[in-house]
Amino acid sequence: MNPYNYLYVAGLLFTIGAVGVVVRRNAIVVFMCVELMLNAANLTLVTFARINGTLDGQVVAFFTMVVAACEVVVGLAIIVTIYRSRRSASIDDASLLKR
Amino acid sequence: MVTSTTLVYLIALPLFGSAILLLAGRRSDKWGHLLATALSASSFALGLYQLSQMLGRSTEERAITQKLFSWINVGTFNVDAGLLLDQLSICFVLLITGVGTLIHIYSISYMSHDENRRRFFAYLNLFIAAMLLLVLGNSYLNLYVGWEGVGLASYLLIGFWNQKPAYATASKKAFVMNRIGDMGLSFAIMIAFATLGTVSFRGVQEASHTASKAALTAIGIMLLVAATGKSAQFPLQAWLGDAMAGPTPVSALIHAATMVTAGVYLIVRSNFIFDAAPTAQLLVVIVGAITLMFGALVGTAKDDIKKALAASTMSQIGYMILGAGLGPAGYAFAIMHLLTHGFFKAGMFLGAGSVMHGMNDQVDMRRYGALRKFMPITFATFGLGYLAIIGVPPFAGFYSKDAIIETAFNAGGVKGILLGSTALLGAAITAFYMTRVMVLTFTSKERWDDNQHPHESPLLMWIPMAILAIGSVTTGFLFTRGHALVNWLSPVVGEHAEGGKVLLQPAVVSGLALIAVIIGVGIAIAKYQLSDVDSVAPQNVSVFTRVARKDLMQDSFNEAVFMKPGQALTALLVKGDDKVIDGAVRGVAATALGTGSTLRKTQTGFARSYAAFILIGAIVLIAGIWVVTQ
Repeated sequence: MNPYNYLYVAGLLFTIGAVGVVVRRNAIVVFMCVELMLNAANLTLVTFARINGTLDGQVVAFFTMVVAACEVVVGLAIIVTIYRSRRSASIDDASLLKR
Repeated sequence: MVTSTTLVYLIALPLFGSAILLLAGRRSDKWGHLLATALSASSFALGLYQLSQMLGRSTEERAITQKLFSWINVGTFNVDAGLLLDQLSICFVLLITGVGTLIHIYSISYMSHDENRRRFFAYLNLFIAAMLLLVLGNSYLNLYVGWEGVGLASYLLIGFWNQKPAYATASKKAFVMNRIGDMGLSFAIMIAFATLGTVSFRGVQEASHTASKAALTAIGIMLLVAATGKSAQFPLQAWLGDAMAGPTPVSALIHAATMVTAGVYLIVRSNFIFDAAPTAQLLVVIVGAITLMFGALVGTAKDDIKKALAASTMSQIGYMILGAGLGPAGYAFAIMHLLTHGFFKAGMFLGAGSVMHGMNDQVDMRRYGALRKFMPITFATFGLGYLAIIGVPPFAGFYSKDAIIETAFNAGGVKGILLGSTALLGAAITAFYMTRVMVLTFTSKERWDDNQHPHESPLLMWIPMAILAIGSVTTGFLFTRGHALVNWLSPVVGEHAEGGKVLLQPAVVSGLALIAVIIGVGIAIAKYQLSDVDSVAPQNVSVFTRVARKDLMQDSFNEAVFMKPGQALTALLVKGDDKVIDGAVRGVAATALGTGSTLRKTQTGFARSYAAFILIGAIVLIAGIWVVTQ
């Protein structure tokens, strides 16, 4: 199978994720879209590893997964805390940074 | 040259007194004036001791020096703080400490009601110390320290009653105008160092034989500027009249007898420069001639007794400067007139102070009159000073002033005739205005208010006046007996060169001067003694009187020519600073602020918009890289 197809899929996933981050308001969905983008990146890394016949990309993919896992823990904790204090998971409601 | 270790005490004693009085503060109120007077007197005693030592040595060994410490030692520029006492300085030392001590004694009584009397004495001692440093310094740089010191003391003492704004302004005016002269002195020192490589009197004298004429002329002109500032000569004369704001003993000591004559000292001390620079010397003569007329004319119109005397001081110093500008023939006469003037003018100022003391500080001569009956001693001492200043033989002024007039006539050619006539005319006007002062104050009808009770001054005040009066009678005779002063000074100022062709014999000059004096006195007596005098200055007077009352428009001139353009320039510079320099700074700030507030609008706080920016940025970056690498 042509390894470049994986790249196309990864590009598609990344685009869906990016568009989701920009257009969706629900923090959980935005978060999932971020995960989608990370996975798209992972897929790309693995694909290039395959194309080049080295293991570097695969190693980096493992690192990405670890980082993503940590990020999920922290990110979800933040979202839950925001939800508790503001009774809303809308990302636009948490716009206090501009002040 | 003989070295000494005791010269410094001349200066140290009064300086010590000044420091004690200023540092001890009110604790020394009770005895401060006595200490100051004692220290001034001991300085005088030291001066007399030095004179006796000097007389005991041969002519070549009379000058003595003392090196205090190595002051500046940079590369080839070496200046020692050193003192030089020679035949010229000893005259000044004795004048300063002698007249200074008498004025200290006078002030004990004159200032007895002033709660700041101690401070006054501290300043007086400071002045004595600074003035002694001025005349004892062995280089222009040392002289400069004293020169600034007397300026400071003068400033402090003119503004001694600075609770009156006008007096504080007068002291500032004196200080600022003196600064202009001081600039001249500092330029002279710089030029001397740059061209001759030395600033000591001895070094400059030796270098002046080989130096270029242009450099010597420049130094001479700058020294003249310095002299005009300190000695209230044209065109820097405007401060002296206002300086009368100070207490009268100050006017007597600083603004009549000693400090204002520092310019004459400077020129005579620098005789080797002026002898080698005829242009500068000519300027000196011109300044002297203008000022002696200027002061005399102003003196004719002043109703304030102290201002009339101040105008007279200006005029008499004009004579001295004129004498000093006449070269070797005139130096000794300039110094002689300086010394006799120190006696009679200080005596007259003290007399004026005594009159004010008895008249509730009234200074308007139109409110005096007939004080002879009430103040006989003041009248007698003032009268002797008066006879001396107008030049009646055998009083002091007759010898010293006639000598200058005679030397002026014999200066040669048209210049001699012009200068001589000016000096002669000045003598007539001097006789007129001094007679006017005398008549208005002492002999005409009484014009004071009923609540005035004129009375003679106490013993402590009239004793100094009496001593000074004796000086104004005798000094002229003593100095000229066997050409005593001329011969005494010749090692310093050069051999007294008699002009080759004598235009007028001394007897003729004396006769002419006496006729001039008689004319002046006669007019004044006719005008003020024999006819009634208004107790308020009449307003419907000729334009000449009006101009003379306004000091020949000196203030208006300075205001129009220097002050107003100066203010305009300052305003322009302030505006330039505000608009251009501050404008640029403010512009930068405003640009940064504007850019910031515009960019701030993009910071919405919405996480999604930041995400969109990041996305766009990433796309642009990737597109850029793609375009570049294609």
